Amino acid sequence: MASRLTTSNRAGWTFALPGFSLIALFIILPFFFAFGLSLTNQRLVSPNPTQYVGLDNYRELLDLGVITLEPERDEAGALLRDDDGNLEYPRVREITRSDDYPQYSGMREWFRWHSGDIAKVVVASDVVFMKSVVNTLAFVVVVAPVQAAFALLLALLINQRLRGINLFRTIYFMPVVVSIVVVSLLWRFIYSGNDGLLNNLLGAMTFGAWQPIDWLGNTDTALGSIMAMSIWQAVGFHMVIWLAGLQTISPTLYEVAKIEGASKWQTFRYVTWPGLRNTAVLILIVITMQAFAVFAQIDVMTGGGPLDSTQTLVFQAVERGYGKQDISGGATISVILFLLVLSISLVQRYLTRERR
Amino acid sequence: MAHVSLKGVCKSFGRTEVIKGVDIEIEDGEFVVFVGPSGCGKSTLLRMIAGLEDITAGTLEIAGKVVNDVPPKDRGIAMVFQTYAIFPHMTVRENVAFGLTINGVPKAEKAEKVAEAARILQMEHLLDRRPSELSGGQRQRVAIGRAIVRDPAVFLFDEPLSNLDAALRMDMRLEIGKLHQDLGATMVYVTHDQVEAMTLADKIVVLKDGEVMQVGSPMELYHHPANLFVAGFLGAPSMNFISVETQAVSDGRARVTNAALDPIEVSTTGRDIQTGSKAILGVRPQYLVPSATPSEGMLHGNVLLTERLGAETVVEVGLKDGTRVIAALGEDRVLEPGIEIGLGFDPAQAHLFAEA
Repeated sequence: MASRLTTSNRAGWTFALPGFSLIALFIILPFFFAFGLSLTNQRLVSPNPTQYVGLDNYRELLDLGVITLEPERDEAGALLRDDDGNLEYPRVREITRSDDYPQYSGMREWFRWHSGDIAKVVVASDVVFMKSVVNTLAFVVVVAPVQAAFALLLALLINQRLRGINLFRTIYFMPVVVSIVVVSLLWRFIYSGNDGLLNNLLGAMTFGAWQPIDWLGNTDTALGSIMAMSIWQAVGFHMVIWLAGLQTISPTLYEVAKIEGASKWQTFRYVTWPGLRNTAVLILIVITMQAFAVFAQIDVMTGGGPLDSTQTLVFQAVERGYGKQDISGGATISVILFLLVLSISLVQRYLTRERR
Repeated sequence: MAHVSLKGVCKSFGRTEVIKGVDIEIEDGEFVVFVGPSGCGKSTLLRMIAGLEDITAGTLEIAGKVVNDVPPKDRGIAMVFQTYAIFPHMTVRENVAFGLTINGVPKAEKAEKVAEAARILQMEHLLDRRPSELSGGQRQRVAIGRAIVRDPAVFLFDEPLSNLDAALRMDMRLEIGKLHQDLGATMVYVTHDQVEAMTLADKIVVLKDGEVMQVGSPMELYHHPANLFVAGFLGAPSMNFISVETQAVSDGRARVTNAALDPIEVSTTGRDIQTGSKAILGVRPQYLVPSATPSEGMLHGNVLLTERLGAETVVEVGLKDGTRVIAALGEDRVLEPGIEIGLGFDPAQAHLFAEA
């Protein structure tokens, strides 16, 4: 049925056409294209014809298994120990490469834990992908709340009438307008293990007692370092959104709080925060989506290393699709990422819905 | 006792002086209205009493205590704002109880006070609604309820009816008058609407450019305006001013005339008016009466425009000397534009002011 919107508005539709076609060409079409690709074995450049492979790509990425290993015993039944006194277990690859266990075929150890003498080994068909999922989730879980909280704090600070407040607004916003690639390069110098700014600074503050750390070259610190930098880089952007929210709150509401004798905290709790509700929902969803898409920092600063400790989903998608020319594998990761972000956003929407 | 006293109160914003030494005495239980054109400083003065603006110079006493530097919540005041300033995320009940919640008042006492305020304002049925479900008048009632539960010594109203439509404004005006009767509290009310000032006030303070023009009861101000500004500000349509020459002055009476005015003797009410000087004769439109028979003080002119309002006819008359005057006749009359007309008045109802 033709509605008024589609029939009586020819000029409007004509104007919208270029925009719509670009969106269709570069966003909607690739989206469905990726979905289609993820069901094939397409490679970026290949002489072989493309074949439909169903959900094989997903299976290759997501397959998990748990293997229970009994410790090795000698003929008398006593537990065998190595030189350090640790128990000895059969090697995992004896199982994953054995024809007796086709379900574990091709899998590699992801991590293991012990219960009593028994070792439980989680094997995954794609350990790098699993690490990238965990890293991405960790990145989101840390960055989203910390960045939102810092941004709110900054917004509250710069939402005052003080001399030179615009200078501070500019300073806080500056990292946002600098390209993330440039920022990442600069922070590589800051984090450098030899003569980096951060190590120098910590050394000066502790009068030389500080032992320099190779922040990006260490599996324990690499992801944390990238998180810290990412929070710093985009905090100004969200600060501006918070600021816009703050300025929609009527000043008379603050005067009411003042007359009633509300403390600073009470004013925030009863006036500011409820007034920022919609802004908070927006910021939470935007930061979450941005955090899931983390790529440039990884690409410039660590390339996913060391030992895959900074692998992320988007980085893996690009790495696979273009680096390894496995475009169907990259597409599969994109689709998984899409479903992940979609479901988390829906949950967030549900949790922050307006209750009447 | 909530006696409010302002002595030599001044307020400057930077170099701009907005309140220039104001002295006002407000008795306990009195309803005082600050009235004046926009920008006269009436709201600023009220906000200074509330403690929302600092006092640059002079002293403010409430109940015999100097409160210049006392925070708003300890001044024993409650304020009602033009924009209602009720919290959109709270129910009516929560809004009314806001001050009690902030100050940790026990639940039972809180419920009792809210119920009492709701009873006074007849809004028991609204308590569980949200502000978005209320009309403007109901919202203002909530704001007044919030003021009542504070049990203040002084109520401050900052143009509380200006955002309401005409019909509602009249209802709420009557209600505020009734509230004053019921509570017997001191009330200070700011408005630019002279009808509100005339009907509600025990005492009106007319302000202009940060200075008090006159203080007195509504009828005092209406019948004995201290100066041209007060004379022109109160009364609708506003008083006619006719530039005249004084022919003779004796015993507090002056004989005045001009090209369009037959000589007439009016009281100088103690003003310094010299023989042969220029003066301004003020006559309210309601006291100008068309008359066919020549008499003392007849104004001669032609009808320019007639507005028939049913019970009243407002006639604009162009006098022979070029001045335009308005006559408000208490009956329905047809006066064709262009016809010659003579207007007489009772000299006892005329005011004579020295030329500014």
